[in-house]
Parts: sequence; structure tokens; C-alpha cells
Amino acid sequence: MTDVGTRPQTLDKRGLSNDQLLAMFRNMLLQRQLDNRGFQLNRQGKVPFALGSEGHEAIQAGAAMAFRRGEDILAPYYRDLGLAVGIGLTPFEILLSLFARAEDHNGGRQFPNHYSSKAAGLMSFSSILAAHIPHAVGAAYAFKYRGETGRAVLATCGDGTTSEGEWHESMNFAAIHNLPFVMLVENNGWAISTPLSKQMAEPEIWKRAAGYGMPGRRFNGLDPIETYAVVNEAMERARSGGGPSLIEGTCYRFLAHSTDDNDMTYRTREMVEEYRKHDPVPAFEALLIDNGIATKERLDAMRKDVLRETNEATDAAEALPYPQPSDLYTHVYEGAWQPWQ
Amino acid sequence: MAVTETSATTVMNNVEAVRATLYEAMKNDDRTVILGEDVGPRGNVFLITKDFIEEFGETRVIDTPIAEASIVGIAVGMAMEGLRPIAEIQFADFIYPAFNQIVGEAAKIRYRSNGEYTCPLVIRTPYGGGVRGALSHSVSIEALFYHVPGLKILAPSFPADMKGLLNAAIDDPDPVLFLEHKKTYRLIKGEVPNGHYTIPIGKANVLQEGTQLSVVSYGLYVHWALEAAKQLANEGMSVEVIDLRSIRPMDKETILKSVEKTRKLLIVHEDNKFGGIGAEISAMVAEEALFHLDAPIRRHCAPDVPAMGYALPLEEEYMSSPERIAQAMRELVAF
Amino acid sequence: MPAIGYEALALRIVHKALGHRRALRRARGSALRARGRRAGFQADAVQYGIRVPNKRRSTAAEAQSGFERHGLSDEQLVAMLRVMLTQRTLENRGFQLNRQGKIPFASASEGHEGVQAGAGMAFERGRDILVPYYRDLGLALGIGVTPYEVLLSLFARADDHNSGRQFPHHYASRRLGFQTISSVIAAQLPHAVGAAYAIAYRKEAGRAVLTTFGDGATSEGEWHESLNFAAVHRLPIVFLCENNEWAISTPLRKQTAEPDIYKRAQGYGIPGSSVDGMDPLACYAAVKQALDLARGGGGPSLVEAKCYRFLSHTTDDDDRTYRSREEVEERRRGDPVPGFERVLVENGVLSADDAEALKRSVLAEANEATDRAETMVYAPAQHLYENVYADDWRPWR
Repeated sequence: MTDVGTRPQTLDKRGLSNDQLLAMFRNMLLQRQLDNRGFQLNRQGKVPFALGSEGHEAIQAGAAMAFRRGEDILAPYYRDLGLAVGIGLTPFEILLSLFARAEDHNGGRQFPNHYSSKAAGLMSFSSILAAHIPHAVGAAYAFKYRGETGRAVLATCGDGTTSEGEWHESMNFAAIHNLPFVMLVENNGWAISTPLSKQMAEPEIWKRAAGYGMPGRRFNGLDPIETYAVVNEAMERARSGGGPSLIEGTCYRFLAHSTDDNDMTYRTREMVEEYRKHDPVPAFEALLIDNGIATKERLDAMRKDVLRETNEATDAAEALPYPQPSDLYTHVYEGAWQPWQ
Repeated sequence: MAVTETSATTVMNNVEAVRATLYEAMKNDDRTVILGEDVGPRGNVFLITKDFIEEFGETRVIDTPIAEASIVGIAVGMAMEGLRPIAEIQFADFIYPAFNQIVGEAAKIRYRSNGEYTCPLVIRTPYGGGVRGALSHSVSIEALFYHVPGLKILAPSFPADMKGLLNAAIDDPDPVLFLEHKKTYRLIKGEVPNGHYTIPIGKANVLQEGTQLSVVSYGLYVHWALEAAKQLANEGMSVEVIDLRSIRPMDKETILKSVEKTRKLLIVHEDNKFGGIGAEISAMVAEEALFHLDAPIRRHCAPDVPAMGYALPLEEEYMSSPERIAQAMRELVAF
Repeated sequence: MPAIGYEALALRIVHKALGHRRALRRARGSALRARGRRAGFQADAVQYGIRVPNKRRSTAAEAQSGFERHGLSDEQLVAMLRVMLTQRTLENRGFQLNRQGKIPFASASEGHEGVQAGAGMAFERGRDILVPYYRDLGLALGIGVTPYEVLLSLFARADDHNSGRQFPHHYASRRLGFQTISSVIAAQLPHAVGAAYAIAYRKEAGRAVLTTFGDGATSEGEWHESLNFAAVHRLPIVFLCENNEWAISTPLRKQTAEPDIYKRAQGYGIPGSSVDGMDPLACYAAVKQALDLARGGGGPSLVEAKCYRFLSHTTDDDDRTYRSREEVEERRRGDPVPGFERVLVENGVLSADDAEALKRSVLAEANEATDRAETMVYAPAQHLYENVYADDWRPWR
């Protein structure tokens, strides 16, 4: 079982302004709301599939705050809803993806939560675990090759992905070439139904860093401020030519893997409830209030605003059309695609 | 052949043609990087990138760790972010760990992102047997990949085509698997136009015109088919020999035009028959030109065994020969 | 209780904490195995016509000279030297035959004699399983492949284990516990892990898998996946990295940013150790310790033996294109073959005359094997169609 750390008790802002702290909190609310919206729409029969990221709000809000829009590149995985909105995707874009509408970035081709946006610096990725890590390393190589200092690639993955060969090959290559690359592992203790104990013998993934010859660090991924500080430090090191890092944030997956999964087949309700006590969203809210960053009224208003924005995005996206059947045939290659010429 | 600037030609073998083309690409476009095993000071195991590292440096000529999945995967990421990588798999036999990155990723980047991301990537690899390469240095891999939309696959046989098609692959906006038959590397010499030119992807080449039989092939066996056709010419038979050059996309027009003329089709390839390239050509011709045929379509391919063996008799039994191809031709002409 | 030997005593101490009965059971097995192994090498010594005194513990004089025999008897030490000399001789024979145009290909393992002789001695014949790579000629000899079999492989003859299907040095012998391998780097490692799982699954205590690979293989995804799985299931396996600093032309610094491969072990939660691969005795001790741990249910280990590849990668390679003669010559000074001979002679394990006799014997055996294998026939062409599947192989039914 993952060590999920403890709820933050005192406030060290790590250089973040109050506005930034509130922006992180809003991001967490938005992620939670959109996450639940996906599951609701699925139960209403309106979307065939949604993925759960509940429990990852803090690590994603903190990491997104360390991402430099317009400069950095994000190579995420499919549980990164909060990171996607944190680097600039709108709730409307998220809903377009959930509804698989024509206006979605990938035209409704991929599963929900498989965003890609060249404008936002969000690399296209598939559902195949670890397949995106070499792409991220390749992008980092491109930065270094072109001498684009001040840019870095932030790649994310779950604990399960670290078992893939491509993960290992990518880490090794990034270290050899001292690339501007940060590997952020969102260790939630579960790979669908596989617990960490069956995934690896050494539960602390950051310890692999030494074997690659790069810095490694572990942090409490339920704390958005600590997450920000650790990710920011690693990103700054990468941007300034200091090379790659392996950082591991511990968190927990509160929901089933996806709407097609039933987590009660492999873990107990009590176990989940125990972890829910460390839910990062109310914890961070209490912290903000206790430390006088915001009043309860202000945060309630924020919550209402997030709900309104989500509802509007849902309605707007739902009203839009699917792609045309003829869209199946586009973008196979550039231009016409007939295999027989 | 879309020759843009040619004053003369140079005689080269296939290794030299590939090397010259890569050199030109490195020289002309600094987005181009080469990555693979032993491409640096060793200059690739066939000396294709010999001296490149001295001229272009370690950041453009990347000696990778032994990790094929990431050789292709990192090249995909480079391509997505504006470089023009040329990845090398040292021997085609080593490409299997990269299957996911080629089939699952590279071929689908454009499609899955609705064109927002693209993957202009060339994967070069030497393939084929007849060199005492045993089970792990002699396989043909084209049939494992030609089923995959989103990929292009080229397999040129002549130095001039190596250059023109490799240039086309490098310019192409999509991932291209570029197969080089290693036995032809030093065996086959030919005139190569100087200067930059490309040959369109998806165009076969009629190497020799004939009237009694169409023979479609690619790779090493194109050369053997030509030799066999000469033997048949001495015996008074007229055989048309077509070099496919491009396996995906494939040139329907040239094949149909030829079959409609000769009314007989023999497909010759080194890869084994079952589910091979010949199966697709046969099906296409059966669909489109059945009533032009005067004889069943025939395929002359390798036997259905996992690989050729190292010991000489095991390799010779697996591989065809000009004589065996000639015999297959005679039988079909006589049908 | 039967009389127990040195290894069993050591094990009993090591495993005291694990419970008296389990440790005793293991100790008995180990003692029996050790006796069997000594008998095997005694037989080798007789077969090779070498007279050696039977001595097992380091004498005071030996200890003073820094010679640690790790409990090995004189005949075992001489058997190790013989394996190293044979490896060197057959290695050169492969290159000679290639230059004479008699065989199309040979690969090189010069510089690996120390680690392979040590690991071969730690391997328990008839119990352990070896899943090696193509640079393991000495390990093959060490676990029982004969020079004649090596020559059959070089000549790709019908009587070769795989009837000449594979490249030389791709031996496979179920009798010896030598798994079939391909030329593809790291592809054998998941197989080794699978074999270890089978051993653990059937609760075959006292058995382990020894798998080997070069530094280059550690970059492959399959390497990572194999170590991780072995660690998760605490499998009886030893991952022995023969780090010779070169992957064909790729130097270690381009292979990994951390040149100490063994340091990766901690990331998998398994023990890792580094050993001088030019020292066969140190390698024996390190591999034996790891194998004993695995055999006793203690799980996998990663052992890194630092050695050097003196020759080109294969007869098709020319290492002058990527490394200097000076570098190679410098490393040749640490050549393990004359080094080990010197150690044995200086410590009185065998005389200089015995050493010369041993070399003559090795050469005679290699010559005889060469002549005999060369006269053998190739497999018939029809052999190409055999063993595709268990039964008839037609793709259309």
C-alpha cells in the first residue's frame, strides 16, 4: 500500500502568491467537477466511457503551476485531466473530448482524456502505457539540439507505467544526453487492479534515479504546494541545462480506473474510505481558510462558478455534432491515402 | 524520375548510394539527425554513416544504447517537435521490440490527433538473406508491417532508386519504413544521377518489357528475376519484369497494365508466401483483372519456415536463385 | 546428521535467522551438491591427465600472499584455468578459421575468461539453468560444453546442437541446462525469469537460474522488465552483467550515464554487487554468493563483473574504427588468463611445468576437435523444414 503522506498542517507558500494558491485550488475544483461530470454522463448513457483522476488533484494542480505556458511541453497520460486544464485547456475542450464531438482536438477519434493541443504544448498520446515517454525524451532532445534553453519537457505517468521497457529506455537515454526532461510519476498505488506490491518490489520509484545517474526525489502528492516546489525545482534544473530528474509524488486513486472498471472486485470500500480522509481538495480548502488566504464564502463562490462553467461547457459541447462518417478517412497520411496507387 | 538538377551520373553500389543520400540530407537540412546503434565512430555496421560523426558531430549522429523501442520512440518525439530524424535499426531482425512504436504510435500520430501532430520519420533497416546471417540477421519483415495504414514502406533494389526514394522518404510528411536488402549493398552497382532528385513513392518500375509473362518482384529477387528473364530470352521467351520499389502504397496501374498485356502473372519474393506481399497483389489482380488472365497467378516465395538457417544447405534451400526463378517462369509461360 | 562441508556450514550461519529446519534442509542439499561438483571436477582432472594435490583451504602462506581460494580445491582451481585456456584457444581458433575462409563468422569473448570461469564454477551442473548470451564461450565450457561441440557450432555441422541453424556460440543443450538463445540483445532475459518462475512455482529449492548479458543489454526494455518481475516475485535468479565497456562500437558512456550498472539493483529492491571481472576467484565468490542466495529462497541479485573485450565484436567488425590500439594494449595488461596462471603457480597450486602441460593438452584437444568437426557433414537441405511446429507444418490445411 502506498504511503500517501499526511495532510499538510502548516502553510509554507514556497514563493507562490495568494492568487496562485487560489488558482491551484480552482484547478483542483475544476478537475473534481469535470471528473465527476464524466462519470455522471456515462451513467446517464450520454457518453460511453470516462476515466477517473480523483485523488490526483493536488499533484496535478501543483505540477501545472510549475509548467511554463508557451515554453514547456507536457507529455501526459490519460489520468491527467487536472494537468490539462492547469496548462490551459478549457472545460469546453474537456467536454468536447468526453462527447467525442467533431470540434474536439482529435475529432473524436480518441478516448476521452486523450487530449492533444499543439497550441498548449500538449503532445498527442495514446492509451498505451509508456509509449509517450520516448516521445517526451525525443522532444527534449529537440530542445537541446536547437539550443532552446529555458524550455523543458514534463512527462507524467502512473506507477504501473514504470514497469514498461520503454520507460526504462527513455530514462536511460535522457540521462546519457542530459536532456531537459522531468519524469513525474503520479504514484497512486494502483494499476487498474494491480497493487504496487505486484508492480514492483521496491515501492519507492524515485530510488531508480541513482541507477540512471540522475537526481531523484519523492514528495507528498496530496500537497499541491509541495508538489509545485519539487516539480518547479526539477523543471528549473532542466530548463537551465542541469539535466533530467525523476520525481515521484504519492497520491491515491479514489475512483475505479474507468467507468468500465469495478474496483470493489479488488479492493475494499473501507480501504478507499480510509484514503478519502486524506482527500487533497477539502484539505487544501481548509488550509487556505485556516491561513487566511481566502474566506469560506469566497471559496464557495468559486465552487459555484466552477459548477456553472462545467454546466455551460456540458451544454455547449453536447449540442455540437459528431464528426461525419467521411471523417474516418482523413489524416491517414498527408493528402490522399489509397494503398493502391 | 523527377530529376531537378542533373549534370552527370556516378557509378555507385547500394551502400554508397544510401550513404551519399544520407550525407546530402544531413548537409542540406540541420533538422536531420541520425540515431541508431553503432552509427557513430563505427559508421554503422555496413559503413553507411562512415565519417558522419566527424563532420556532423555527436548531437546529430547519435550512437544510441541498445534499445530499439526507444530508438523509434525517441525519433517519433523528435519528429513531433520539429526535427527530421532518420532512425536506424541495425538489422531488421531487431525491429520487433520497436513494433509498438512503429505500428501503435508512429503510424497513428497524424490520425489520432486529427492532423494536429505529424510524424515525418524515416526508419531505415537492412533486411534479407543470402549472406549467412542465420536466424537473426537475415529476415524479411515487410509483411509484418504492410498491413498497417499510416505507414509507408519502400524496398528499392538499385542505387539510383535507393537515392531517389530515400530522398522522397526523407521529404515525406509521414513515417516511412525504408528497407535495404543487405545482400544488394555491395553486389549491386549502377549509375546514380548527381544532384538532388526524388522518385515518387508508390510507382513501380518496368525494368524489362515483355509479352508472355509479367513478373513482379522487389529487393534482391528483382535482380535474380532480371537474370532469369535473360535466360528465358535466350530460349525465345519474352518476360516483363516489374520492380515494385514501393510496397505501401503499391502501384496498381503498372501491374494491371502489364498483366492485361501478358495475361500471366508471377510474383517473386524472398519473404515466405503465406500472408506475404504476393497475397495482396494476387487478390488485387483477381479482383480487377481476372478475365484478362490466361493462367492462374503464381507466387514463387520462400518456404513456410521461421527463418533460413546458418549452415549453407539450410540457407540455399530457403533462398531462391536465378535458375529456380527461371524455372518458375518457364512453367508459367508454358501453361 | 551427515557430515557437512564448508559451504553448508557457511549457509547454516547465514540462514540461522530463517529457522533451524529450513536451514538444515538447505545445508544438507548444499553439501551433497558440493560433493557432486567436486567429484565432477575430479573426473575432469583425471580425464585431462593432470596430477594435482587435493587441498581446499587457504594455507597461512597463501593467505599472506593475498590468495583467497574461496574453498575451492586445487583440482577445481586447475579446472578453472583449463576452461580459461580452452576458451582463449577456441576463441582464436574461430578467428583463424574465419581468416582461412573455412567459416563465415565467429564472435569474440577474449577478456571475459575470468568472469566466465568463475561463474561456470559457481554453476551447479544438473541443477542450475544457464541462460547466457553469445559471448559466453567460457561459460559454455565451464558448464560442460566440450571443445568438439564448440567446433561443431563454428563449422555449423549437422551434429551441432541446433544442426547449424544458428550462429556459432548459440549453443543449446537441455541436458546441460543451457537454454536456447537468439542473437537479439536482452531477448533471453525474460526467458530466464520465466525459468526461475517455473523453479519457484514447483518449489525446487536448491535450484537457480544464472543469466548473463553485456553492458549494452542493460539498456533494453526487456532487461528492465525482467529485473522488475524477478524482484516482485523474489525469483531464484542471478543477473550477471559482463560489463566489457563496449557494445560493438558504443562505449559505456553512451550506453548509460551511470557506469556502475549494479547501482540499478536498489531501484528494483534487490541486492547488487560489483566485482573485478578479471579475477576468476572474486567472480566465483560473488556469483556463488548470489546463486546461493537465490537457491535458498533469498530472491534475485544483480552482479556486475567489470571486464574488457580485447578483440573486435566479431570477425565482421573492425574495432580500429572506434577505439585506439593504446586503449586495448593498456587493458591487455590485465589479461586474466596469464594472470590466473601466475596466481596458481605462485601459490603452488600447480607447477610451471604442469601449466605448460595443461596448455599443450588444451591445444591438442582443440586441434583434435577442429579436425574432427571439420570432417563432419552439413545437415541436409530437408532439415530446413523440421521443427517448425510439433507436427506437420503446412500453413494451408
